[in-house]
Amino acid sequence: MNPRAITLTVAAVLLLSVPYWVPGVYYVNVASQILFFAIFALGLNVLVGYGGLVSLGHAGLFGVAAYAAGYMLHLGYGHTLSIIVALVIGIVSMAMFAVLSLRSTGIGFIMITLALGQILWGLAYRWISVTGGDNGITLHGRPAPFGFELDTANSFYYMTLVIFVITIISVAIFVRSPLGAALMGTRDQPRRMNALGYHVWAIRFWACLFSGLLTAVSAILFVYYNQFISPQTLALTSSAEVLLMVISGGAGTLFGPIVGAALVVVVKNVVSGYIERWNMLLGAIFVAIVILMPEGLVPGSMRLWRLLWRRRAKAAAEGKP
Amino acid sequence: MSALTVNGLSKAFGGLHVTRGVNLDVQPGERRLIIGPNGAGKTTLFNLITGELTPDSGSVALFGRDITAVPSRRRPHMGMARTYQIITLFPHDTIVHNVSLALLGLLPLRWNPLIDMRRQSHIVESARKALERVGLAHIAERPLSQTSYGERRRVEIAMALAQNPKVLLLDEPFAGLSIDERRDVQQLLLAIPRDVTIVMIEHNMDVALEFAERITLLHFGEVIVEGNRAEVVADPRTREVYLGH
Repeated sequence: MNPRAITLTVAAVLLLSVPYWVPGVYYVNVASQILFFAIFALGLNVLVGYGGLVSLGHAGLFGVAAYAAGYMLHLGYGHTLSIIVALVIGIVSMAMFAVLSLRSTGIGFIMITLALGQILWGLAYRWISVTGGDNGITLHGRPAPFGFELDTANSFYYMTLVIFVITIISVAIFVRSPLGAALMGTRDQPRRMNALGYHVWAIRFWACLFSGLLTAVSAILFVYYNQFISPQTLALTSSAEVLLMVISGGAGTLFGPIVGAALVVVVKNVVSGYIERWNMLLGAIFVAIVILMPEGLVPGSMRLWRLLWRRRAKAAAEGKP
Repeated sequence: MSALTVNGLSKAFGGLHVTRGVNLDVQPGERRLIIGPNGAGKTTLFNLITGELTPDSGSVALFGRDITAVPSRRRPHMGMARTYQIITLFPHDTIVHNVSLALLGLLPLRWNPLIDMRRQSHIVESARKALERVGLAHIAERPLSQTSYGERRRVEIAMALAQNPKVLLLDEPFAGLSIDERRDVQQLLLAIPRDVTIVMIEHNMDVALEFAERITLLHFGEVIVEGNRAEVVADPRTREVYLGH
C-alpha cells in the first residue's frame, strides 16, 4: 500500500468511529460541525484556490440557502421540497452574484462580493416578515430520509459524513477534469487561456455555480443541525472565518480546507471553553501559520515532513559510510 | 484569396494613435516579417489582429471572412494562433500539461467536469508530438518552473503549433535567446510546413531577414515601407527609420 492509501484508510477509520472514541455527545456534535463547515470551505476553495477568485460574500450566499430552507420548513412544507427549494435558491443567488462580480477579478471581485454579502446581511435583518429579523427562525425537527431518524447526535453525524464524502469525491473529480484544469489555467494566465480558445468568463461562472451548490448543501446541514438561523450567520465575520479556513489549511488543495475547518471549529467551540480570549488565540494561530507555513497547514506540513525525511536519510547515509 | 487581410486598421489610446490606417495583405503560405523601432505599434497590431484589442476602425479578415466582430476566444477555433513576446505560460504545471491545455482549448471536451484529464491519452500523445517538433520531448514531464528561458520560448511555439493553425502570429520568438538557441528556433521555424502562414514580429535582423519573404516596416503606427526582402532593406526610408545608418 502506498502512503496515500494508508493515510486515506486511517482517516476513513477515524471518521467512521468518531462516536466511539470521542469523550461524549458534545464532541460528536463538534465533529458534525467540522464536517459541514468543511463542505462550506471546500465550496469556497473552488473559487479561492482553484479559480483565484477571493470571495468575501460567501456567508451571504450561505445565509440565503439557510433562510430558504428555514422559511420553507417554518411555513410547514415537507423536508424534501424545502431542501430542493433551498438548493435552487442557493444556486440562483450564486448565479446572480457571479454575473455581478465576475465583471472584475482581484480586488474588484473581493469588493463586489463583500458588498453583495453585506446587502444580504442587511436584508436578513430588515426583511422581518420572512426572516424574523433579529429573532431569526427557529425550527422543530430534522428530516428522516428513508426512515433514518436524524434526531440523535450520532445519526446526524453519519448523515453529514456521507454528504461530506460525496463532496470530497466530487471536488476531487472536478479538479482532475478538463474543466478543472481550465479553471486553474484561468487563475494563472487568463489572457493566454482566452488566446487558446477558452471562454474565461463562462469557466469562472460554472466554477461559481459549483461553489454555490456546495455552499447551499452546507447551509442546509447547518440549519438542520442548529434548527435555528439568524442574521449573524450572514455577517462579514462569517465570510472571513470560512475564508480563513481555506487559507490557513491551504488554498488550492483538496484537504487544506478540511483541516482549516477543523482548526477554526475546534478553537471556537472547544478551546473557547477554557480560554475566554479564544479569538486572540485564533489570531495568534493564524499569524503563526502565515509566518511558518504561508502556503497553508497541509502543503506546509508536507514540505516540512519531506525536509525532515531528507535530513534523516542524509544523516543515516553519513552515519554508515 | 489572402490568408490574412487587414484593412484600414486604427487604434488610439486617448490621444496616442498607436495604429493608423494599417493595411496588410498576407498570402497563404507566406512568411511575413513586421519590423519597426520600439513603440512603432507592432504588438498592438498583433493584439488588434487576434482581437485582444478592439480596433477603433478598420477590419480584419481571415481567408476572406470578416472576423472584426468575432470575439478573440473564437479566433483560435478558426485557425489563428499566436505567441507572446513576454512569456505567458502556466508556471505551476509541467511542460506537457502546458501544451495539453493548448490542445484542449480547441476541443469540446474542455467543458467536461467529470472525466480524468490525465487519462485522455489522445491529448497527451498529441502534446508529446508537438513537443517532439520543438525538441523538448525528453523533458516533457518537467515542471515549467524548472526550465530555461530558451526552453520556455520553445514551449510557447509548441503550444501555438499544437493547435494546427492556418495563420501563426509570432511576437519576437527570438527575444532573449543565446546564439545557439536562436539557431535552434530558426531551424524549428524553417521546418514549419507551407500550409501555415506566418506573420512574425522580430528585432533580431540577421535571423529574421533570412526567414522573411516580405517585410512590412511600421513607424508610429503607420506602414512606411512594404515589399520583398531586398526592396525593404535597400529602401532609404528603412535605413532612416530603423537601421539608423
